[in-house]
Amino acid sequence: MITALRHSWQKYWYAWAMVAPVVIVLAVLVLYPLGYGFYLSLTNANEANVARDIGAFHAPATYKMVGLDNYWSILSGADGDFYPRLTWTIVWTVSCVALHIAIGMGLALLLNRKMRAKLLYRALLILPWAVPAFVGVFAWRLMLNSQYGVFNEMITAVGLPAQNWLATPFAQKVAVIMVNVWIGVPFNMVALLGGLQSIPKELYEASEMDGASPWQRFVNVTLPGLRPVTHTVVLLGCIWTFNMFAVIYLLLGQNTTGEADILVTFAFRKAFTGVSDYSGAATYGIVILALLLAFSTFYRRRQLKTEQA
Amino acid sequence: MRRGISIAAAVCALALTATACGSDDEGSTGKAKDAKDISGSLTYWDTSDATTEAPVYKKLIADFEQKYPKIDVNYENVEFASIEQKFKSAAKTGKGAPDVMRADVGLIPEYASLHYIAPLDGTLALKGGTDDFTEGPLNTTKYQGKTYGVPSVTDTLGILYNKKLFKKAGIEKAPTTWDEFIETSKTIKKKTGVEGTYLNPDSYFLLPFLYGEGTDLADTKTKKITINSPEAVKAVTTAKKVYDQASAKVDFANAYDNMQTSFKNGEVAMLIQGPWSVTDDLSGKAFKGDEDNLGFAPVPAGSTGKPQAPTGGHDLTVYQGSKNLDAAYLFTQFMTSSKSQQKIAAETATLPTRESAYTPEVTKDARIKGFHPIMKTARPRVALPQVGSLFTPLVQQYTKILQGDVSVKSGLDAAAEDFKKLLPGYTIGS
Repeated sequence: MITALRHSWQKYWYAWAMVAPVVIVLAVLVLYPLGYGFYLSLTNANEANVARDIGAFHAPATYKMVGLDNYWSILSGADGDFYPRLTWTIVWTVSCVALHIAIGMGLALLLNRKMRAKLLYRALLILPWAVPAFVGVFAWRLMLNSQYGVFNEMITAVGLPAQNWLATPFAQKVAVIMVNVWIGVPFNMVALLGGLQSIPKELYEASEMDGASPWQRFVNVTLPGLRPVTHTVVLLGCIWTFNMFAVIYLLLGQNTTGEADILVTFAFRKAFTGVSDYSGAATYGIVILALLLAFSTFYRRRQLKTEQA
Repeated sequence: MRRGISIAAAVCALALTATACGSDDEGSTGKAKDAKDISGSLTYWDTSDATTEAPVYKKLIADFEQKYPKIDVNYENVEFASIEQKFKSAAKTGKGAPDVMRADVGLIPEYASLHYIAPLDGTLALKGGTDDFTEGPLNTTKYQGKTYGVPSVTDTLGILYNKKLFKKAGIEKAPTTWDEFIETSKTIKKKTGVEGTYLNPDSYFLLPFLYGEGTDLADTKTKKITINSPEAVKAVTTAKKVYDQASAKVDFANAYDNMQTSFKNGEVAMLIQGPWSVTDDLSGKAFKGDEDNLGFAPVPAGSTGKPQAPTGGHDLTVYQGSKNLDAAYLFTQFMTSSKSQQKIAAETATLPTRESAYTPEVTKDARIKGFHPIMKTARPRVALPQVGSLFTPLVQQYTKILQGDVSVKSGLDAAAEDFKKLLPGYTIGS
């Protein structure tokens, strides 16, 4: 046994040594903050009662453990914010991901054919991805400006009434979904295009020989062939969209009703205005993590099952 | 239970502050030292506008370094919108924190209550006394009886108006009550076709309405939340009336920028605004080369008959954990001296906080001449550490009220409930 271990170490020490930095970095950058966040979520810590040691001023920590109080106040709905925000976060995630996949698939199918200037189209369609998200969001904000924006100029030019695109909660929700779809489509398109290109041509030829219509070919060859890619893309899309901070925070500015806030932007506003509420924000962070973890586990399971079937 | 904890914390903090100050007096404060002997380097965080205002601050720093060659100043311009979080995270750990910072007057209670900034009573920063400072700005530096900043520039809100448009509509003078404000706006719209005003839906701009009815967000003396008092309901009803009847269509996501653009281009006749915007106004086509076209007046009065607006502006503060407190105090004193304030005023047209800085040369600037008399309508804001947090629920409910989703009363009731969560020990009522 020991000799086996020693043997393994002698044989693989190099591999262990190579892995060690990653393990250490992960522990420092991920595990420690995560553990600390979880610990804070069990306390009533805020900016005014944590330990501070600033020049001539010294204060010990005066916060204390409150058990699961923070979780209870969120999950019981007592804080009045969690469930409305969660509902909208789910609506937002589902609509964004559905549109991402649908539009990305459409564009990928269009690009996956022989045509002229294919490279140019592809480059143009990838552009939103190459622009930093916040730059794109600010550009949209300018375009959606109800007085000086280009959209209203266009629709008033053809005689339609000007719209206040970012005013009411409903309009804001439509606007943030629209912008996020614009930002997210390129990635989905590229990923699905890669998937399309990896489907063997023989399958299409065979089905054509059997007299399958284009629609039948799409449903019975393309979709199953894309499944490994779509599974991953949907999973990633859900996680990214669920936590998509920049679009909502930057597009709507500060004068909002808060109705269009998703869980992460809500937690941010809660934590980073005025005296920071560390425990409250940590609790939201852990709850968001738990939701995503539960979703991914469930989703992976189902995926494995369908693959085995 | 909760309240017990916070009181214990407060007592503990107070005891610690007291001991901290005790050691300060015996220790290394600037009193014993001669200013010329102070040496080392310090970092200054400036929030002034990087293009129009920062050059004069940099020039003053060069003067300072010339006068005190042993001190080296690192100048950093930090964006106004992000400085609060940036400073707080640096202040907590001490890593990368500045020694001196220009802080918005509304943030002093928060920083002071968290002990991030140093009390300045008896230090070099306030050498020469505070008699010369005007009362409003000086009040903003106080928290629980101590002085945590030195006033640098001050401002308040007032009416800025386009005189030509007023004349065209046959209006002689700026409105003095909110009812007149609404009537004026309607007349302008009818006579000239130009929008009368543009309501800024930000909660800071709601304060003149509240003050005009003699109320505020909360009352620190009686520990009451007053945002849903009958007076506040009346104030917000007036604001809603301005929004419904007198204002151009408000773009909530771009409110401030649109308001500025439309005013300086002559598409809106009057605004509730502060002196910081005047330089920008004068660059627009309605006022460029025609500075006299810009009129100034106090904010309209509410039913109390007294026009009142919040005191704004900036104070210089010293980071409690500074490694070079003596230099920081000295620098603060230099930057807020009458001579420095005169230079800042002459270049940027922001209002000085010292009586002696209003020299004939400073007051002859049209921008300062316009706003200076309005300063007497400024009043202090409620000095609560949580005031930054209160604005979030307030603006959300205010937006809902303006958009007609909720009634004034139920919106303010909801805001009051949120305030209660943020203000331990406070009750709702007037």
